[in-house]
Amino acid sequence: MSGKPRLGVFKFASCDGCQLSLLAAEDQLLGVADTVEIAYFLEATSRIQPGPYDIALIEGSITTQHDVERIKQIRADTHFLVTIGACATSGGIQALRNWSDCDEFVSSVYATPDYISTLATSTAIADHVKVDFELRGCPINQYQLIEVIQSVLAGRRPRTPVHSVCLDCKRRGTVCVMVAQGTACLGPVTQAGCNAICPEYNRGCYGCFGPAAQPNLVSLTDQFSANGMPREQIVNNLRSFNGNSPEFRVESDRIQAEQDGEQ
Amino acid sequence: MTLKEENHSEENLPATPHHEVFVAIDGFALLFDVLKSSGFQIVGPTIDQDAIVYDQIDSVDDLPKGWTDVQKPGLYRLNQRNDDKLFGYNVGPHSWKKYLFPPNVALSIGKKNEDGWEFQEAPDDPPKLAFLGVRACELAAIRIQDRVFVGGDYVDSTYQKRRQRILIIAVNCTQAAETCFCTSMDTGPRCTDGFDLALTELDDGFLVEASTPEGKAIVDQLITLEVTRKQQQSAELARQNAVDQIKKRMDTTEIRDLLMSNLEHARWDEVASRCLSCTNCTMVCPTCFCSSVEEVSDLAGENVERRRQWDSCFNLEFSYMNGGVVRDSTRSRYRQWMTHKLATWIDQFGTSGCVGCGRCISWCPVGIDLTEEVAAIRKDAP
Repeated sequence: MSGKPRLGVFKFASCDGCQLSLLAAEDQLLGVADTVEIAYFLEATSRIQPGPYDIALIEGSITTQHDVERIKQIRADTHFLVTIGACATSGGIQALRNWSDCDEFVSSVYATPDYISTLATSTAIADHVKVDFELRGCPINQYQLIEVIQSVLAGRRPRTPVHSVCLDCKRRGTVCVMVAQGTACLGPVTQAGCNAICPEYNRGCYGCFGPAAQPNLVSLTDQFSANGMPREQIVNNLRSFNGNSPEFRVESDRIQAEQDGEQ
Repeated sequence: MTLKEENHSEENLPATPHHEVFVAIDGFALLFDVLKSSGFQIVGPTIDQDAIVYDQIDSVDDLPKGWTDVQKPGLYRLNQRNDDKLFGYNVGPHSWKKYLFPPNVALSIGKKNEDGWEFQEAPDDPPKLAFLGVRACELAAIRIQDRVFVGGDYVDSTYQKRRQRILIIAVNCTQAAETCFCTSMDTGPRCTDGFDLALTELDDGFLVEASTPEGKAIVDQLITLEVTRKQQQSAELARQNAVDQIKKRMDTTEIRDLLMSNLEHARWDEVASRCLSCTNCTMVCPTCFCSSVEEVSDLAGENVERRRQWDSCFNLEFSYMNGGVVRDSTRSRYRQWMTHKLATWIDQFGTSGCVGCGRCISWCPVGIDLTEEVAAIRKDAP
């Protein structure tokens, strides 16, 4: 055993994309491997070691009773627990089930629904255990991930901005797609981290990094409406990768209730 | 091209403009060759992402020939003109500050060696740039940023180095957008000083006015004609057209005291209910100069770079100090921005921080109009 900090990477309900961001950080990966002992990382190696872990990276959301038990054990085994990605941080795209009848999905998807044991909701890790740091993104940004690992090792606060995507658009010179093209964009209420990639390709922001600090959802969705976007579509825009984050959820529920009230 | 002292008071304006010459449209391409052979990279207006932006341009063909724009609060659309004007548009999403005050720049670097740390300034050798198409409000904005970055006791070398290497070719506006209000801020639409060359576009060419030796040296290499009386009249009419089209007004009477004596006005709550605190207004503003500095290190912690990036008073983290965030609400952040821009800027730098270009109005995703905000507060003033 080396004296290096021990890192564990754990997966819950997710697509593995965020773990792959760590593997994709090729330039820095060897550096990471030098700095920490990778004790548990099934995506990278089948050589697994038991806890305790100094740092745990948690990908994915909680969707089964088994998940609930497992995350509690990992928490007990871990000193500093970091959630990585939209699933772990807000419940992910699979949290769409929270607005639907999960049993109905199960019965229409699976030939033998009796074999399926699942919760009716997909929820964030922080809804179940204490989380020390949440790293946003669908997927996460590999440079931010390295920054988080680095800062935890150095005992300092990670440098991951909470400002809106708009600031990054402007820094890179991208023209506002909402003002110049009338494209609905969640950028003004979404946290930066992706380097504002979608507006650069003339698409509105999909909100992959979840709500920015103190977002004004009501004002933005009022503007979407004023630009002619139907309420149903606004609700759909908000209910995507981070639809279950508190700020996006409250706003989509508010608009849905308005629409239901009219019908 | 050198940094000049501020020289903008009424009595210093020339009684008559500098000597003007006429350059026919066919001869305009030569300007690009002359600039290049004089060692300049040319930056100017061109179409990208459905807008007229400032970018590196190579020839007349890159200019937005025959295009204009329509602007309203929260809205910008390109439109085709019914003529072939090259500069028949209004100021767009970009401003020249991106070249003088870069959005992201390395300031210094540190390397770990056996003896400890070695620090040095980041290498910085900006190119000579010719700014083509600078409007009067933008000349005013450059003048304001000159005061901020090089006019006081502390000189910003990143800005100064770039500023000393630019040639400014201004263009007089011959039209205005709905969001323009330079006449309220005394900054335009006529270009009066702060340029090397100033152009006025006519149907068949340009009136060209040189106001510095550097500008004169460029004009001397162009094919020029004496200006006819008719051309002079056409230019006057075209420039007057811009004045006539400006409908937006901001009453600046005693504006400093008006805003500073209304810091608890209910209007701040009202505007905060609409404001996204997204930073767009500050980013498009040609005078906003806030930045943050951070150290970026490699994984081993042996190479560190200190970088400066555009930042904004609308960011929650921007007012973070030991103990917490000072401006913890959108209300306090909007109020900070507007009172600084229009009121305390005067205390700090001797002028307003606003040039009336209207960018913050057009590029606000929800169309907040600061002239309306001022008017709303003024309405209730005793």
